Amino acid sequence: MNKVAGLTQLAISSRFSRLIDFSPVVIALLLALVVSSVLLLALSADPIAAYSAMLEGAIGTENATAETLVKATPLLFVGIGITIAFRGGMINIGGEGQMIAGALAGTTIALVLGDLRIAPEFAKEKGAFDLIIVTLSLIGGFLAGALYGGLAGFLKAYFDVNEILSTIMLNQIAVQMMNFLLNGILLDPAEAGFNNIPKTARLVTAAQLPRLSLPIGDPFLFARTRLHWGLIIAIALAVIIYIFLWRTSLGYRIRAVGENQRAASFAGINVKRQMMFSMFLAGGFAGLAGVVQVLGLQYRLQTDGSPAGFTGAAGFNGIVAALFGGLNPIGAIPAAAFFGGLLVGAQKMQRELGTPASLITAVNGLIVVFVVSSEIFIQQRSKRRVSVAEQAEDEEEKAKDDG
Amino acid sequence: MGMEEIFTASVFASAIRLATPYIFAALGETFAQRSGVLNLGVDGIMLMGAFSGFYAVYVAQQAETMSEPVSLLFGVVVALIVGGLMGLAMAFVSVTLKAKQGISGIGVFLFGFGLSELLFQQWVGTPKSIQGFHRIDFPILTDLPIVGEIFFHHNLLVYVAFALVPVSAFVLNRTTFGLMIRAVGQNPEAADAMGVSVARVRYATTIIGGIMAGLAGASLSIALIKLFQQNLTAGQGFIAVALVYFGGWRPWAVAAGAMLFSFVNALQLQIKVIDAAIPSEFAVMAPYVITIIALIFASKRQEQPTALTKPYERGE
Repeated sequence: MNKVAGLTQLAISSRFSRLIDFSPVVIALLLALVVSSVLLLALSADPIAAYSAMLEGAIGTENATAETLVKATPLLFVGIGITIAFRGGMINIGGEGQMIAGALAGTTIALVLGDLRIAPEFAKEKGAFDLIIVTLSLIGGFLAGALYGGLAGFLKAYFDVNEILSTIMLNQIAVQMMNFLLNGILLDPAEAGFNNIPKTARLVTAAQLPRLSLPIGDPFLFARTRLHWGLIIAIALAVIIYIFLWRTSLGYRIRAVGENQRAASFAGINVKRQMMFSMFLAGGFAGLAGVVQVLGLQYRLQTDGSPAGFTGAAGFNGIVAALFGGLNPIGAIPAAAFFGGLLVGAQKMQRELGTPASLITAVNGLIVVFVVSSEIFIQQRSKRRVSVAEQAEDEEEKAKDDG
Repeated sequence: MGMEEIFTASVFASAIRLATPYIFAALGETFAQRSGVLNLGVDGIMLMGAFSGFYAVYVAQQAETMSEPVSLLFGVVVALIVGGLMGLAMAFVSVTLKAKQGISGIGVFLFGFGLSELLFQQWVGTPKSIQGFHRIDFPILTDLPIVGEIFFHHNLLVYVAFALVPVSAFVLNRTTFGLMIRAVGQNPEAADAMGVSVARVRYATTIIGGIMAGLAGASLSIALIKLFQQNLTAGQGFIAVALVYFGGWRPWAVAAGAMLFSFVNALQLQIKVIDAAIPSEFAVMAPYVITIIALIFASKRQEQPTALTKPYERGE
């Protein structure tokens, strides 16, 4: 009798747990919803009105949905990178700096090649330039971000410098470097001596990522929006990185180091190299986020001089997306879309209700805290599940002995 | 550009002033880290301390219900309470819920960053100035040439910050509480076996860290800059965490690091003022580069608390 009860309980609890496998995320979301409602009430704003304004602003129209996806694109790139780093046990807070490094390198390549292709010497090769200019810029952006991230990995591996602190310092350094270059050699010649807004010249059309539309309806869906091919690249890479992390030995080694450094080292894995490699990849993806913002959206690198002037804090928000996606690149896709929607929707909320959009930054912080905090409940539940299973087994044995 | 143009008395004086928030925040963080809690949310707590302190003073001075010194005291107390509450939250998350400290700290930072901006936009709107802490005039001393300008031209909070250095060193090294903190950070199992509550000590140090971070923020918004604006701290809280590593978790060395860092910062500002050939971006960058270099050397030299970032799990 007891045995049956135990086994039933086990069956129920495991079925139940499968249903709520995303529970840290669900718990975090519910808690964040509660706290942000309290915040809104404290600011004497109507939470229902605020949320419906946000929903309307995020997916209410074709253009709103496109803007959500446009905002989600850099979050997804950064989120994929953060996923790799965190899986490898490296807490990469350097998304901002790595985005800037990628954008600087990629934009420079695009500008230089854009100038070369119209030079008379290369008149014959113009078509060839058009083919490679975007690809080379993307690769350059990836590599620059990767090297910048890898630097923090190197400092961690060989000098035991805490990567959280080094990446935060490197963020500030990158911002200043960008300001220096955008006010100097990269400054748009048309701007120089005029109003000196720190921005580069506009990229030639051949250096731009094409706009994206879906063959639905007439005109095509998203045909008149800013949606661009960066989204498709990001989604494709998310799938590739999922396969890389869980289906290749290289990915396995990164995760092994993240799970347990000592065990990985005993198993013959070069821990230092994996640390650098995961930071290299993480930086590369943030770098892609940066260069894609330029090639796909802004068509020039520009800033207002403030730390998040170019990135729009995507380097930070990508961390939230990665955690929200359960540190899984595939999970990062809906997570990035969700946070893209939050950011776009918050602007609508600010316009309609006057509640500042910075509410979302605070809520993002809460979500991070809630996601990492609710892990303990997951652990406790799996412990309970094990103990229920053990109990059932014990009773089974006892029943056998009795029989 | 002569050396005498750069190394003026006012540069030394401003180095001392600029060190104030770093000393408050880094000393508080030293307590937390010594007990095994890495609180990366310091910058967010500083921002909340800065905003709440500023806002309390602003409201009090607008209402004219309090005299100026009382309004300032009121602001400081509010900042201490807000900082302490955020420290309590961080302690709950990292001690009771055993969340990963590096990541949860970033969450606390984002929360403080967002909420301080939100409340500022909602309740204040545009940067408004207040009557903040004034410099204290010491008889004779303040009027001394050079020495007076460097050491006796500061507001109350500057002296409080520097006074807290020996106090912190004394508490950590010479009191039972300090012994418990170090034991819990070095060997929580042994401390637990001796009857020390690991959780209680870590709660205490993390709350102390929060209070000090709140004070650090207030020292910016009501003494050093005398206003609040979005992202007022500009990452100073993260530098404070780095200073704790750099100082090898010892209050005197942490304070020395804060002084060094602030001195570079003061020089940087001075160079900007006298318009030297160095681009200002590189001057602004310099302190961060120096921090990274300092961390490289510090890591080879120092032993960090063994249990740092590790939640305590009693073996059963």
